[in-house]
Amino acid sequence: MAAKPKLHYTRGRGKMESIRWLLAAAGVEFEEQFIETKEDLEKLRNDGVLLFQQVPMVEIDGMRMVQTRAILSYIAAKYNLYGKDLKERAWIDMYVEGTTDLMGMIIYLPFQPADTKEKNLALIIERATTRYFPVYEKALKDHGQDYLVGNKLSWADIHLLEAILMTEECKPDILSAFPLLQAFKGRISNIPTIKKFLQPGSQRKPPTDEKFIAVVRKIFNI
Amino acid sequence: MSGKPKLHYFNGRGRMEPIRWLLAAAGVEFEESFLEKKDDLTKLQKDGSLLFQQVPMVEIDGMKMVQTRAIANYIAMKYNLYGKDLKERALIDMYVEGIFDLNELFMYYEIQPADKKEQHFANMMDKATNRYFPAFEKVLKDHGQDFLVGNQLSRADVQLLDTILMAEEFKPDILAKFPLLQVNEWTNSNIPKIKKFLQPGSQKKPPTPGEDIPKVMAIFY
Repeated sequence: MAAKPKLHYTRGRGKMESIRWLLAAAGVEFEEQFIETKEDLEKLRNDGVLLFQQVPMVEIDGMRMVQTRAILSYIAAKYNLYGKDLKERAWIDMYVEGTTDLMGMIIYLPFQPADTKEKNLALIIERATTRYFPVYEKALKDHGQDYLVGNKLSWADIHLLEAILMTEECKPDILSAFPLLQAFKGRISNIPTIKKFLQPGSQRKPPTDEKFIAVVRKIFNI
Repeated sequence: MSGKPKLHYFNGRGRMEPIRWLLAAAGVEFEESFLEKKDDLTKLQKDGSLLFQQVPMVEIDGMKMVQTRAIANYIAMKYNLYGKDLKERALIDMYVEGIFDLNELFMYYEIQPADKKEQHFANMMDKATNRYFPAFEKVLKDHGQDFLVGNQLSRADVQLLDTILMAEEFKPDILAKFPLLQVNEWTNSNIPKIKKFLQPGSQKKPPTPGEDIPKVMAIFY
């Protein structure tokens, strides 16, 4: 009996969203148990189910996995989204770390002091358009293939699409100088499992609003 | 022709240290090219050698690898320090990510402004002794084996040792309540390749003295 993976997190995107994306893209159904209050988090901690007292936590294949990257690596490897050999894995890892850094900046934006928000947003846009997106545009240009690594869908492609959509929420025309990324976005969005995830009613979470930030601050005491 | 891996970073621990540890534990000789001033970094950026304009960068097997975790993953996999199957890898990844989080706290201590240092120190000691070390002590207790995963040395043990030694630099008796971690520290320190790395004259880096921090920051900012 293979139970569905069960995700423990808040109702927001945060660090769990990339995991939702990857499971969805792999066509894996999953359940979610939402942390709504500080007490919900304390209960998980007191139950001893969080290795480092933190979420995300995903119950999967008899394990209670924690640490976002560990969970993502496991899912990617299990569902053949991690390349065919060590070298492809190396490239996927490098690309994913780049999109992780970019999305990390965006995830933390609502938690920065109000007077730094404008500056941080400008930095995100600068980094996206001068450091990160040029790399992926060049990768696609150099090999002329549809996917970033090994001519096959991988974790790197799914993560990049997530990063593109998240950055577009900051600045809708952010891909204006990147024609290959525009085509990439269209292509990957139309993969059936991903297309389904992008539709209303899926488990994809909306961008975090002010009201929810207050809830998150309470839960995690930040 | 396979040359030795070549590490590009400043002459200090920072984000490159876990990679030095892994290579040493794997018995792989490596070269280092040190950034000493901003121009050194700018040159690498202009050469197109840095995928995301950042270091660490390691020239290895015909690639110019960047991103600490990507590099560490590659080395661990290549030299069989990553477990024997997917489940062992999952455990190793979880443990290593926890260790990385603790390392970040240690790494950022020196650059805290004077008025934040005490609080940061208290927080990192609290996390070490109440969050991370208890987790690893329990792992060792539950299976009763010498190594964290799969009854053999893995990158999790190597990185844990690096972190324990760093923690002991801040507080020498930090493992007082963790007898199994003490044993694990001793066992791993005496593995020949690691023992060699722990001796003076190796490529293991000392902590960067406080007075040198501004010079290091000037390379990057």
